[in-house]
Amino acid sequence: MKDYGVFDVIGPVMIGPSSSHTAGAARIGKIARDILGTDFNRVIFYLHGSFAKTYKGHGTDKALVAGVLGMGPSDENLRNSFEIAQAQGIAYEFIEADLGYQHPNTVKIVFKSKDKKDSYIIGSSIGGGNVLITNINGNKVEFTGDYPTLLIKYYDRKGIISRITSVIANNDINIASMKVTREDNIATMVVETDSVIGEKIINEISEAEEIIYIKGINPMLR
Amino acid sequence: MFNKAEELLRLCNEKNKRISEIVIEKEIKVNKTSYEDLMDRMHNVLRIMKDSSKAALDKEIRSVSGLTGGDAKKLEEYNKSNETLTGSLIISAMAKALSTSEVNASMGRIVAAPTAGASGIIPSALLSAQEKLNLTDEQVIMGLFTAAGIGEIIAKNATVSGAEGGCQAECGSAAAMAAGAIVELAGGSPEASFHAASFALVNIMGLVCDPIGGLVEYPCALRNASGVVNGLISADLALAGIKSLVPFDEVVDSMYRVGKMMPEALRETALGGVANSPTGEEIKRRLLN
Repeated sequence: MKDYGVFDVIGPVMIGPSSSHTAGAARIGKIARDILGTDFNRVIFYLHGSFAKTYKGHGTDKALVAGVLGMGPSDENLRNSFEIAQAQGIAYEFIEADLGYQHPNTVKIVFKSKDKKDSYIIGSSIGGGNVLITNINGNKVEFTGDYPTLLIKYYDRKGIISRITSVIANNDINIASMKVTREDNIATMVVETDSVIGEKIINEISEAEEIIYIKGINPMLR
Repeated sequence: MFNKAEELLRLCNEKNKRISEIVIEKEIKVNKTSYEDLMDRMHNVLRIMKDSSKAALDKEIRSVSGLTGGDAKKLEEYNKSNETLTGSLIISAMAKALSTSEVNASMGRIVAAPTAGASGIIPSALLSAQEKLNLTDEQVIMGLFTAAGIGEIIAKNATVSGAEGGCQAECGSAAAMAAGAIVELAGGSPEASFHAASFALVNIMGLVCDPIGGLVEYPCALRNASGVVNGLISADLALAGIKSLVPFDEVVDSMYRVGKMMPEALRETALGGVANSPTGEEIKRRLLN
C-alpha cells in the first residue's frame, strides 16, 4: 500500500485540464530537455494512443512544448508555449503515430539540431501526473523522474557495478532502486537515489574508463 | 499511523483531537516536514483554490477545445438578479465549482483535489462554508487537512481515478472529503465527519465517467456543480445527527467494488454514457477533425 502525503491528495497544483494529458505531458517534455540537453532548434512529437486522439482538446501539444522549453506542470505560461517557442526560434511538429505496444498516453520526443545527430526519448503519462520514461536513444530504461536519477552506459566488466555503487555510498547517498540491462557488451544502468546527485559524484564515476555516458537528473518539484 | 477511518477515529478519540490535527501530526512525522512549512504550503493551495473559484464568475472563460465555458458567469448573474429556487448559498456554490472546472478546461492553474476532473468541489464547498460560518483562512486550512485525511483513506483502500472507478471515485471522493471537512469546521465530531463522507459517497455510488470526446469538460463541470451540493447536504445531514448505517470503511470498499464491476466503456474511455450518445459522438467527430 503506497503511503500518501497530504499534497498527493490535495494536489498537485497544476495547469489543467488533465493530470495525465496535460501535467504528465509537461513533465515528460521537461525530462526530455533534462536528458537530451538544450542544444536543439526543432522538436518532433510522435503521439501514440489517447495522446494522438485527444491532444488538441487537452492541450497536450502545448504542455509538451512547454516542457521541452523547461516549464514545469504548474507554470501558468504553459498555455502560451507555442508563442514562446516561436520567439526562441524553436520549431515543433506533432505526428500521430503507432509506437507499438505502449501505454495509451505515450510520446516519442525527437530533438533535432543543425550539427548534431537526432536524439530522442519515449515516455508515458501513467496517471495523476506521474510519468514513466521507457527509452532514451534506443536504450530501454524505466524510471519515473520522481527521484534523483543517474543514467549510466558503460562497457560491461567485472566489478564496475560495485565501483559505481561505492562512489554513491561514499558520498553518503542511499540507492532507492537500481536496474541494469545489457545489449552485446554495453550495459545501461538506471539508479534512483533518495537525495540529490551532485556534479562531484558524476565526475568521480566518470573516472572509470568503462563509462561511455553518464547523466544525472534531479526531480522537479511538485 | 492510519489506513482506515476506524483507525483515524480511534486516534481522534484517544488523543481527544480533531481529524485535521491527527492528519497534521502524521504528515509532520512521515514526511519529515515542519509545522510552518506545512501551513505555508496549504496557504498556497488555498490561495490557488480561491483564485480558480472566482476567476470565471465575472468573465466568460472558454475551454481549449471551445466546447464549453461561460456557465459559471451565467449562474452568478442568475443568483444576483433572481429569486432562485434553491437559494443563494447553493447557487453560489455551484457557480464557484463551475468556475474552477472552467479554469481547468482553459489550461488555467488549479489544485487537483483529489483529481483535476473533480477540482471544483472542495474549493467551492470550503469557501461556501467560510462565507456562511464566517471562518478565517486558518480555519479553512484545517478543513483542507481534514479533507486530505479522508481522501487518503479512499485513495489507499479504493481509488480516486475515474479510469479505475468511474465518476463516483472522482467527484464522489471530492464530495466525501468536502462533506467531512465542513462538518469539522461547523463543530461536528470526527464521527459525524465520517457519517457525512459516507452519505456523499453513497449518494452517487455507481456514477459513471463518460466525458464527451474524452475531454474533461462535459458532463464533468456539471458534476462538479452537483458534487459540491452533494457535499453540502451530506454535511447538513450529519450535523443534524443522522448516522450512516454502514461504516465509512465499508462504504469505501463498496464504492471500489462497484468501480471494479463497471465495464470499461463507463470508465473515462468516452465509449459509454452521454459520450456515446448520438450528440456526444457527433461532437467527438467534430473535435477530432
